[in-house]
Order: sequence, then C-alpha cells, then structure tokens
Amino acid sequence: MERKYRILLAKPGLDGHDRGIKVIAAALRDAGFEVIYTGLRQTPEQIVSAAVQEDVDAVGLSILSGAHMTLFPLVLENLRKQGAVNILLFGGGIIAKSEENDLKKMGVGEIFTPGASTQEIIDYLNLALPKIKKDEKII
Amino acid sequence: MSKSIDKKNKVSGYSKWLEEYEKSGTSKDRKFMTTSSRPIKPLYTPEDVSGIDFERDIGQPGQYPYTRGVHASMYRKKIWTMRQFSGFGAPKQTNERLHFLLSRGQMGLSVAFDLPTLMGYDSDSPRSFGEVGVCGVAVDTLKDMETIFDGIDLGAISTSMTINCTSTILLAMYIAVAEKNGVPSKKLTGTLQNDILKEYIAQKEWIYPPEPSIRLITDMMAFCADNVPKWNTISISGYHIREAGATAAQELAFTLADGFAYVEAAIKAGMDVDTFAPRLSHFFNSHLDFFEEIAKYRAARRIWARHMKGKYKAKDPRSWLMRFHTQTAGCSLTAQQPENNIVRTAIQALAGVLGGTQSLHTNSMDETYALPSEKAVKIALRTQQLLAFETGTANTIDPLAGSYFVESLTNDLEREAEEYFNEIEKRGGVLKCIEQGYFQREIAEAAYRYQKEIEANDRIIVGINDFTDNDEQVEIPILKIDEQVEKEQIASLNEVKASRDNDRVKTTLAALKKAAQDGTNHMPPLLDCVKCYTTEEEITSVLTEVFGTYTEPPLI
Repeated sequence: MERKYRILLAKPGLDGHDRGIKVIAAALRDAGFEVIYTGLRQTPEQIVSAAVQEDVDAVGLSILSGAHMTLFPLVLENLRKQGAVNILLFGGGIIAKSEENDLKKMGVGEIFTPGASTQEIIDYLNLALPKIKKDEKII
Repeated sequence: MSKSIDKKNKVSGYSKWLEEYEKSGTSKDRKFMTTSSRPIKPLYTPEDVSGIDFERDIGQPGQYPYTRGVHASMYRKKIWTMRQFSGFGAPKQTNERLHFLLSRGQMGLSVAFDLPTLMGYDSDSPRSFGEVGVCGVAVDTLKDMETIFDGIDLGAISTSMTINCTSTILLAMYIAVAEKNGVPSKKLTGTLQNDILKEYIAQKEWIYPPEPSIRLITDMMAFCADNVPKWNTISISGYHIREAGATAAQELAFTLADGFAYVEAAIKAGMDVDTFAPRLSHFFNSHLDFFEEIAKYRAARRIWARHMKGKYKAKDPRSWLMRFHTQTAGCSLTAQQPENNIVRTAIQALAGVLGGTQSLHTNSMDETYALPSEKAVKIALRTQQLLAFETGTANTIDPLAGSYFVESLTNDLEREAEEYFNEIEKRGGVLKCIEQGYFQREIAEAAYRYQKEIEANDRIIVGINDFTDNDEQVEIPILKIDEQVEKEQIASLNEVKASRDNDRVKTTLAALKKAAQDGTNHMPPLLDCVKCYTTEEEITSVLTEVFGTYTEPPLI
C-alpha cells in the first residue's frame, strides 16, 4: 500500500479560533491524508519539533489573530534551523493579498484565505507533494 | 423539527393549495433549509401553532414569559444601544477611535483587547511577540486604561468589555480609572463578557481550570452586587459558539445551559438568586437565516424566563428577563466582493432588531481582511441608524408575533434547546460536557457539515460558489497595525515599572495570593494591586501559582 502523506496542522501564537483548522483536518482526513493536529497555542519551536518528530510532508498553519507576519517567518526559520528543508509550509487565515505575496517570497508554499474550499487545499497538496523529492531543499 | 409537507392539514383551502403546489412543481436544484440545515416547509398555517396558548406562551412585551420582549415600550421609549466593538493598537489610538465613534452618534462603548491582554500576558512577554495591539488594544497596567478612557465621562456612558479569563483584572482597572476621575463605582454601568464556559467550549481563551475560573466569577458577582450594582456581571455568550460553527439551536441551547450553570454556581456559593440574576445579560449572534434568528431570540427569552422562575425560583421579575446584545455574524462575511457584506450585515441587524435586542454591533465589510477601517466602521454604524430611523421597523413591538412560521420556529427552537438541556444533564452537566469534549465535537461536526454543503453547492454563498467575479480586484482600504506599536507599548510598560512603588506591588500581590488560597473574595485585594500599577501578567502569574493552568483534552 502506498504511504499516506502526513500533514501537521498547527495553531501558532495566542489565537484560539479553531473552526477553520478543524474543518480542514476533517476534510484532509476524508481525502486520505494522515493528519496530526497540534492543538492550540503552540510556539514555532514546538510546531517544528513536532513536524520533525512525526516525519511529516507538510505543515499547515492557521492564524486569524493578525500575527501571521511574525509567526510564519519564525516557523520557516525553525524548520531551516532543524534542517527540515523539504517540508512544505502552507497556511491560511485573515491575511491580506500583499502579505500573502510577501509570505510566498519568504518560502511559504501557498496561502488560503476566506472563501477557499477544502477541495482547493486538497488539490494543492495532491499536486505539490508528489513533486518534492527526498532531500530536496524547498524552503 | 418541521420535516416535510404536512399532508393531513385540515385548514380551509389547504388541500386545494397542496394539490396546486405539487402540480406546479418546485426547483430540483435548491434545498429548502435554514443556515442551520433545518428543513423548512413551503407553507405554515394555523395548524402549526394550534398548541399555543397565547397567555402562557406569548403574552405581552414586558410580561412573563417575555416572548415578545423585555420592556413594555421597547424601541418607542429608547432605540437599542448602537455599540460598535472597537479597539486596536496602542491605548492612545483606541482612545481616538472611541472619540470618533462617539462624535458620530454611537451610544455606548465596547472595547476590544489584544490577545496578550485577553490571555494574561504583558506586552513584553515572549508569548506576546507579534500580537501586541494587533486584534485589539494592548493593556498592561492601569496607565493604559487611563489613556483609553481619557476625556470620556464614565459616569455618563456604558462600557462593554470583551474580556474573559482576565476579566476581573480589567474590571478592577475600570473601577480604578473611574474613581480617579471622581466617578464612584456605584454609578458605573456596563458589561463584562466574563463568560469563561463558552471559552472552554468555543473561543478557547483560558488560563486556569474551570473550577477556580468559576470561583473568580462568583467572587466578582458578589462584589458587584454590593459595590457596582448597575454593572452587568456576565454576558452569557452564544456569539462565539455560533461563530465556531454551531447551529442556531446549539447556540441557543449551549448558551442558556452555560447561563444556568452560572446561576447554579452562584446559588451554591451562597448567593440569593434575586441578588445577582437581574445583572446577568446575554450576547447572541445574528446569522443569515432571517426568520430562524428572530425565532431564536424569542425562544431564548421564553426559556430563560421559564427556568429562572420555575426551576431557580427567582421571585424578582427582573431575574426572569433575558436582556441581550447582538452582533452580526462575522463568519458569514466573504472576502470576495466585500461590499456585499454591507447587505448581509444589514439583514442580520434587522433580524436582531425584530428579535428585540437591547444593543447591537454591526460588522464592517472589510473584516475578512483586517480590523475595520474608519470608513467601513462608519457604514456599519450608519446601517443601524438607517434601520432605526428610516425603515419603520422599530415602530411596533415584536411585529412578527402571530406569524404561523415564526411562532412555529420559536416553538421548535425551544423544544430542541430543552432536548439539549436533557442531554447535557444526562452527561453530568456543563463542566462534564466540556471535559468530554461534547460541545466542542457537536460544534465541529456542524461546522464541517456546513462547509460540505457549500462545496456540494447545496448552499449558495454569493461570490463564493455562485455569482462569482473572476476578474475581481478588491480595492478597499485596509487598516494596518504599525510594528512600532509593540515597541512603544513595551517602552511605556518599562517606564511604569520604573516609576511605581515596587514594594507596594509586592505587598498587594501577596495579599491577592492569600485571598486566592484561603477562598476569601479576591476582588478587594485585586483592586489594590491594579491601583499601584501592578501589571496584568504579574497578577495572572500569582493566580496561576495557586490555581494552575488548563489544557484542553485532545479532541481530534
């Protein structure tokens, strides 16, 4: 049997709005991914160490508090520090278009904002993950 | 639940109508259901309300069971309080926004705090990095509250503060600011959200475990009964439960169950129900399903009155009244074609008004992008003024009473709420249900179902899965919080720490700790703490030493 892709979903910072991430967790599971949800209020260090420990293919962050321009870069920095440079980082939340572009330039794979369907996220992962080669540096 | 078309209805003309209705056919593409996935019949008739006893179930406004409203004159005496939730950046910026709103006809204040303040961290905590002043205003010490309310007469305006696990600290600061300005606490009016149960259920901002958290609340209720008698001590909130994905019936049932849990806790703490119940208020969402929302408010008033009088034996009619604030549904707003959000908000606001709300917040069109800009928040406020003074909808009280449909929905919602109350009791009560993740699971399931309905096109959202603009360029101004705010707030905090009497800080904190340990009311020593500029985190740290912290049971 083919190995399922493993996705770590995380809520960094102090934000407690978890409706979105729970919907996405359920949708990804129904679509055949293996989903690990960290729970609320994880520090970037905790998220990255969970990602490495669980040997995941991608990390998804959900942030509705406005702290995304601080938290995404911190997670990227920690992933690089841990040498976990072939883990895909994506995310979503209340994020303005201009910031979305800045985040992508920094190394975030994709940002999903209000109105995105779970199918778009599933399609994105199904397309992006098989392209990543072992030991390839993507962030 | 009204599931299908009633075939046996004997009302005059019904069978002829049914024949024609079935002959003419209905759209195969549309599902006739509410926002909460409740199936709706094509027609409601006297049959649907045949079990209603007017006096017992509906009555008149200002009379038990208050289905029609809590006051005899409702909006003819005083229009609802237009209260826009507001707060961002440094205290000075929020002070400017509050003055802006007041000068444009806003009638009450509602302050939003940033996440570190909501969670009990100071602006210089490593946990606060990137969050200072971002989703609300930053408050570390009394000095910040003095700035926020500078130039505002606290004796003349009511203030609502959205704060929960750190609520008693912010209330103490508010009382201290007022006292400094010569306003005695007995004159203060306003509301503290202070609803920790819905935090465990939906919004997820907590510090301590449930039991000590409830104790802080009952301390505060007892303190206010004596010292701040006009203050609404808890705003029992369904808003966040709904935003997290609950249906209308779940919002209604879980919120009122929380409310009854507070009533039971206060009675258990030795208070007489009539000393505190008149100061409890409620806070509901207004979502898109117009009639279901109106029915929800009407059912809520009736359920509250029946339980307060019947089960909790309250004798003062003021204890039976369910007064409530309404906020339009943030989760219904779309990032696509954001101007459409003005229309959504207007319809939701109208439902709140027809449901008899005491105060109202209308969301701004740009809130799926950021905190609202000045222009967007002004349109939102104008929406309320337009409803109040142009549309005529506030001229008559409870205009939808007697509607077969609305009365039938009101009954359905009351019954469904009662079924949930039974289930909650069977599971051992609200705290047990939180522990078991019962509410959290019910809500998450409803949220996922809603999303699946959208993706299957069973539910149309304009601009999302139909009527989309592919070439859309969104051009609305976005409010940005300057990163400088965090640096300046930390500098200001350091200044306060350097200039205050640090010995007094230590002594007052020790007294607070002692009260927390020995079970005496923590409010008086807490007031002493804030008055000497003890920081919020210094206070929460001491309380955490005594109470410990809460971790959510893993649920998915």
